[in-house]
Amino acid sequence: MTPTPRPKRGAVELLISTRKGAFRLKSDATRASWKLRGPWNLGQIVNHMVLDPRDNKTMLMAARPGHLGPSLFRSEDRGKTWVEAKRPPAFPKAKKGKPGRSVSHTFWLQPGHDDEPGVWYAGTSPPALFRSTDGGNTWRGVDGFNNHPDRKKWLPDEATPPDGATLHSINVDPSDPRHLVIGVSVAGVFESTDRGKTWKPMNKGCDMDYLPGDDHEYGHDPHCLGVHPLDSSRLWQQNHCGIYRMDRVAGEEDRWIRVGRNMPKAIGDIGFPIVMHPRDPDTAWVFPMDGSSVWPRVSPGGKPAVYRTTNAGKSWTRQDKGMPKSQGWFTVKRQCFAQDARESIGLYFGTTSGEIWASKNGGGSWKCVAKHLPHIYAVEVAGVRP
Amino acid sequence: MIVHIPSPLHSYTDGKTPVEATGKTLLDLLKNLDKQFPGFLFRVIDEQGEIREHMQFYLGTKRESELSAPLDKVSEVHIICAISGG
Repeated sequence: MTPTPRPKRGAVELLISTRKGAFRLKSDATRASWKLRGPWNLGQIVNHMVLDPRDNKTMLMAARPGHLGPSLFRSEDRGKTWVEAKRPPAFPKAKKGKPGRSVSHTFWLQPGHDDEPGVWYAGTSPPALFRSTDGGNTWRGVDGFNNHPDRKKWLPDEATPPDGATLHSINVDPSDPRHLVIGVSVAGVFESTDRGKTWKPMNKGCDMDYLPGDDHEYGHDPHCLGVHPLDSSRLWQQNHCGIYRMDRVAGEEDRWIRVGRNMPKAIGDIGFPIVMHPRDPDTAWVFPMDGSSVWPRVSPGGKPAVYRTTNAGKSWTRQDKGMPKSQGWFTVKRQCFAQDARESIGLYFGTTSGEIWASKNGGGSWKCVAKHLPHIYAVEVAGVRP
Repeated sequence: MIVHIPSPLHSYTDGKTPVEATGKTLLDLLKNLDKQFPGFLFRVIDEQGEIREHMQFYLGTKRESELSAPLDKVSEVHIICAISGG
C-alpha cells in the first residue's frame, strides 16, 4: 500500500477539452463560484489537456483541427504560453510496399511515475502507446505493444467505436514505474510489468455480450479503467458490458467481478466514466447511461444521476440532488468525470451538450457551473492525475 | 516560387500568404516550407508520406496529387484545405 496522501487544498481549476477548443474553469477557495477562461486553439478538436502534477508547470494538450494532421501543444508556464511539440506521436514509416499506420489523433495523455520526471505516456487512435522522456516534446512508440505479435488478433479492423478505436486509461502504478495497465476500445485491458516491453491481456471475468461464447481472452470494450493509487491490487472498470472491480491476490487468477449487477435493474450498469476516491479504494462513482436497444447513451429515462459505492460495489446509492428531474438527456464521455482530491471530495462532469456540473460534497448535491460550451471531450482537475 | 497558404495553416506562417518557397518537386517544396515553418509538413502529409485526407495541391491551375510532381515549369502553388462538416 502506498501512504495515503493529504487532501489537496484551495481553489480548483478544471481543464476542459472540447470539440472546438480548450477552456479553463477556476473556482474561488470555497469552490462556490467559478470563472471561465478561454478558448485556446479555438476550432480545433482538443481531446485532452493535462497539467503535470509533478512540477505543476508543464501542460500538454492534444489537438487536431478537423482537416489537418494531429499535433500536441506544450506549455512550461502552466498554460500562459504554448508551443507545438517538436515530434508529436507518429508511427514509424513503413517499409516500401508494406502498409503503414497513421495517427488520427492523440486521445489520452498521462504523466509518468513520480520518480521519472519528464516521462509521459500517450494513447492514440488507431490504438497505440507512445512514450516521451522530455516532457512531451518528442515521442516514440512503445514497440512492445504497438508491434506485439498478437496485435492483429487483439485489434480487429472492424468493430471500432463511433469515434474510432482508442488506447485510453493509461495507469502507471505509483508503487512501480515498470508496471503499466491500459485499456483499449475495442480490445480489452492489457498489462505490462516491464515498462511496456511485454504485455498480456487481463480480461478474465469480463462479460462480452456482443459476441458468442464465454470468457474471451481479448476483444472486450473497457470504457474507463483505474488502478487505485493507494493499492494497485484494486482495479475499477466501467466497461461496455457493465461495472467491474478486481482484487488481485498473489498466486490466484486475476478475475473481474461484475459489481454493476448490484445497480438498480431499471438503471443498469452501462456508462463511460468511472471515478475512484483517491484515499478510499472501496469508494467509486459512475455515471450510468442507457445501453438498451440501439444504445442511446443518455441518462436513463432523461433523469441524470451519479451512482456511488462506498463498499467496493456491494451496493450503490443514487446521487441526483440538483440535477434535472426530467428531460435531462446527458451524455458524459469517458474522460469527462473527475475528482479534486480535496478533504470533502469535489466531483465534476462535463456533458456533450456543453455543461459542467460540480459537487463539492462527494456527489451529495450538484450545481451546473458552466454552460453553452462546445461538445465536451474531457474534464481534468489541474494537478490531479487523470 | 509563390505558395498560397490556406487559413487553417496560417498559424504557422504568422498569417502570411502567399509565401516564398523553393523545391524541385512538390514534396521538396513542402519540406522547404517545413524548414521555414516547423511542424507544417506533418499537418499536411502523414507519417507514411501520404497526403492527408482534406489537403489538395494546385500547380498553377492544375490539381496535382503526386508528391513527386516536378515544379520546374511552375511559378505558383495553391495549397487548398477542403473544409467540410460541422
